[in-house]
Amino acid sequence: MDLVKKNWKKSVLTAGIPLIVLVLLALLPAYGSPYNVTLFTYFLMYIILTISWTIFSGTTGYISLATAAFYGVGIYAAAFYGEKYPLIVVVFIGGFASFILAFVVGAITLRLRGIYFAMFTFGLVLFFKEVVYYWEIVIENTRGKFVVLQSNEAVYYYLLGIFVVTMIVAYIIRKSKYGLALQSIGENEEAAAHAGINVTMVKVLTYAISAIFMGATGVIMATKLTYVDPGVAFNPMMSFSPVLMAIFGGFGSIYGPVIGAVIFTYIQEALTTGSLQKYYMLIFGAILVGTILYLPDGLVGLIQKVWKRISGGVRAHN
Amino acid sequence: MELLLNIVLGGLLIGGIYSLVSMGLSLQYGVARVLNIAHGEFLMFGAFITFWFQQHGVNPLLTVVVVGPLLFIVGFILYRTVFTTIRLKSPNPGVFESNSLLAAFGLYFIVQNIAVLIWGTTPRSYSYLGGAVSIGGALFNENRLAAAGFAVAVGAIFYLFLARTRIGKAIRAAAQDASTAGLMGVNINYTLALCFGFGAAMAGIAGSLISVCYPIQTTMGLGYTVIAIVVVTLGGLGSIPGSFIGGFILGVIGTGVTYWQPGLAVASYYVIFIILLLVRPKGIMGK
Amino acid sequence: MHIIEGERVTKYFGGLAAVSDINFYVDQGEVLGLIGPNGAGKTTLFNLISAALVPKPGVIKYKGRNITGLNPYKICRMGIARTFQTVKIFANLPVMENVRVGAFFGSPKSPSPAQATREAMELLEFVGLSKASNAPARDLTLANQKRIEVARALATKPELLLLDELMAGLNQTEIALAMDLVKQIRDKGITIIMIEHVMKAIMSVCDRIIVLNYGKKIAEGTPQEIVNSKTVIEVYLGEDSNVGSQ
Repeated sequence: MDLVKKNWKKSVLTAGIPLIVLVLLALLPAYGSPYNVTLFTYFLMYIILTISWTIFSGTTGYISLATAAFYGVGIYAAAFYGEKYPLIVVVFIGGFASFILAFVVGAITLRLRGIYFAMFTFGLVLFFKEVVYYWEIVIENTRGKFVVLQSNEAVYYYLLGIFVVTMIVAYIIRKSKYGLALQSIGENEEAAAHAGINVTMVKVLTYAISAIFMGATGVIMATKLTYVDPGVAFNPMMSFSPVLMAIFGGFGSIYGPVIGAVIFTYIQEALTTGSLQKYYMLIFGAILVGTILYLPDGLVGLIQKVWKRISGGVRAHN
Repeated sequence: MELLLNIVLGGLLIGGIYSLVSMGLSLQYGVARVLNIAHGEFLMFGAFITFWFQQHGVNPLLTVVVVGPLLFIVGFILYRTVFTTIRLKSPNPGVFESNSLLAAFGLYFIVQNIAVLIWGTTPRSYSYLGGAVSIGGALFNENRLAAAGFAVAVGAIFYLFLARTRIGKAIRAAAQDASTAGLMGVNINYTLALCFGFGAAMAGIAGSLISVCYPIQTTMGLGYTVIAIVVVTLGGLGSIPGSFIGGFILGVIGTGVTYWQPGLAVASYYVIFIILLLVRPKGIMGK
Repeated sequence: MHIIEGERVTKYFGGLAAVSDINFYVDQGEVLGLIGPNGAGKTTLFNLISAALVPKPGVIKYKGRNITGLNPYKICRMGIARTFQTVKIFANLPVMENVRVGAFFGSPKSPSPAQATREAMELLEFVGLSKASNAPARDLTLANQKRIEVARALATKPELLLLDELMAGLNQTEIALAMDLVKQIRDKGITIIMIEHVMKAIMSVCDRIIVLNYGKKIAEGTPQEIVNSKTVIEVYLGEDSNVGSQ
C-alpha cells in the first residue's frame, strides 16, 4: 500500500514539476520584459544543444565536437529557404539536413575507434567554414546572407516547441532499451556487441537523431541574427559550450545538462556585459578543466553524493 | 615544368613545417595518449613569442633556442599537473582518452584567450630574409628555405635522440606499452610528461618558423591542429616516422590545391581525411 | 550434425600464427574443454568463433551454416554466447540491467520491458545473484561479476555457450560452486565450450577435451585419454599440478 502511494507521489512529481515549468515558460512573453524573453531564448537554445549532445556523447562516450557544424547547417538552411517556405517547414529542412550530415559523419567514423570520431568532428566546423566561405566568395561573389526576421516572441515559442520535443525524445530514449544499449556501448562496447547489440547502427542512428535538434535550433536562431556568414554560423564556441554545460551539469540524470546550460548561459550573459568580457573564454576553459579534474559526475552528481550522505546510508545499505 | 617545381618544392618546404607540427602531436598522442587539440595554440604561442623577440631586435631564427625550452617546460608542467591527475583518476585508458581530450579542449580556449589578451586579434608580420632564391627556374623566398631547413634539422635531431639515447629508448618503450615499460624500471610519469613537453616544444618551434615566413594571428592555431590531425592519421596514429613523411605529402598536396583553387586547402585535407577513414584508417605506417 | 565446427581455422597477428590450421567440432549437448599453456591460442579461438576476429584462412560453421566473418551481434542472435577472460561487465549499471541487455538484444525477437525484467530476474536467481540485483555491477566480487557475465550470456538464449576461464582467480569454494553452475547449464541442454586452467573442473565436467599448444591442436579425446597422453603430459600437464589436488 505504502509503495503504491510512494510510486504515485513520484510520478506526480516527475510529471507535475516539468508541466508547471512548461506552463510558466509558455506564459513568459505575456508577463516578462523583452530582455527576459531574449534571455530565456538563449537558455532554451543552450539547453537544447546540451541535451542533444548528451543523448549521444553523454551515453556512449564518443565525444562529438561537431555541434557547431549541425547548428551552422541549420542557420544556412534558414538563409537559403527562409524566404521560400514557412518557418516551420524550414525547421524541418534544417533538422533533416543535419540528420543526413550526422548520419554520413557517423557512418564514416563510428565504425572506428572513438579518437577518430573526435578528431573528425573537431575539424568539421573549420572544414565547413572554409568551404562555405569559398563558395560564397568565389562562386556566388557575395559575403554572407540575409535571413528573414522573426519577432522575439516567434523565436521564443519555436524554441520552446523544439525544447519540448527534444526533452521528450531524450527521455524516451533514456528509458527505453535503446538507452540501455547506448549506456552499454559506453561501458564496454565489445561486450555490448557480443550481447546482441548492433553497435554501429545504434551509434550512427542515435548520433543522427541528436543532430536534428541542433539543426532545427540553428534555423530558428538565424532568424534572430538576420545576417549570417560562415564565421557566425560555424563557430567553434557552439561546439564547446554544450560540452562544457553537459560536463559541468553532469549527465547521470536528464536534468544535469539542463542545469549546466542554465548556469552557464547566465554566466555568459553576465560576463559579456561586464568588465570580465574579455576573459570569458579563459574562465570557461578553466571551469571545464576544473570540472574534469575534480567534478567527474558534474554538479548533479555532486549534489546526489552529498544528498546520499546527508539522508544517511539507509538506501545505500539495501 | 616550372609550375610543377613550384608546387613540389614549395609543398616540401611547407611540408617540413607540417612534419614538425605533426610529429609533436604524434608524440603527445602516440605515447602520452593525449589528443591535444590545443596543439595549434602552442604553435601560435611560439609564433608570437618569436614575433615579440623580433620586434625587440633579435634574429627570429635564434629565438627557437628560447621558444623550444619554454614551451617544453609549459607542456611538461601541464602534463604533470592536469593530465597526470586525469590519468590517476581514470578507471581505464578509454576514459583517460576522452577526459584528456576534453581537458585539451578546455586548454584550447584558455591558451587562445590568453594570447588574445596579450596580442589582440589583428594579424602581425615582419620581414626576415625576404630575398628570393632561384631553384631550377622557380623562385622561393630565402626565409621559407631557412624555415624548412630548420624544421627538418629539428626533426632529425629528435630522431637521433629517440634512437640513440637512454631517454629515447624509454620513450620508445612507453610508446609500445606504457605499463610494461613502467614495470621495467622506466619512470613512466616522467617519461610521458617529457613526451608531452617535447610535443609542445615542437609545436612552438614550428610556430616560430612559420612566423618567419608568413603573417600570424592569434586565431591561427585551429587550422594547424586540423592539419596535424590529418597528417597524424595519414602517417598512422602512433607512428612518428609516419607523421614525418605524411607532413611532406600533405604539404605538396596542399600547395597543389592552392595553386588550382586558393582557399580550398583545408577542404582538400578533409577529403583526404575522409578517404583515409574509409579506406585505410591506420594510415601509411600505422600499427 | 555438429552444432559448431571449424575447418583449417588460422589467424595471424603480424608474422605470428596465434592459431594455426585447427579443425574442431562440438556436438549438441557436449561439454568440450579447451586447454593448453598460456598463449596457446585458446582465447583467440573463442574470438574467432564469436566473430570478434575473422579467421584467415579458415571456415567456421554453426549448425551447418557458414558464419565466418559475420558481425558479433549477429552471431549472438543466432545462438552463440560467451563470457570473457577479463570480465567485461557494464560496471556502472545495476546488476539487473547488465542481464536485461542480454535479454533485450540477444535474441531475434526482442521481449517487452516487463518480460525482459522477468527473464533477467530468473537468470539472476539461477546464478544466485537475485539479492544484488540493484547494486552497481562494479561493487560485486570478481566471482560474482563472472556470474553476471554468465547470466547476461544466458539471457541471450544461446544454444552454444563459450566460457573463457570462468574459474580464474577463484578460491577452492568458489571453484566448486562454479563447477556446479556449469553442470546446471549443461543440464539445461546448452552446449558448452570451456577454456580452463583448473584441471579438476575440466576433468569432472567435460565430455571431451582439445589441447592446444603454440596455436596448434596437439591432442583430442576424453579426459582419461588426455590425462594419459604422453604428448600432453610433456607439454602441459607436467608443469601444471592441479590434476591431483583436491
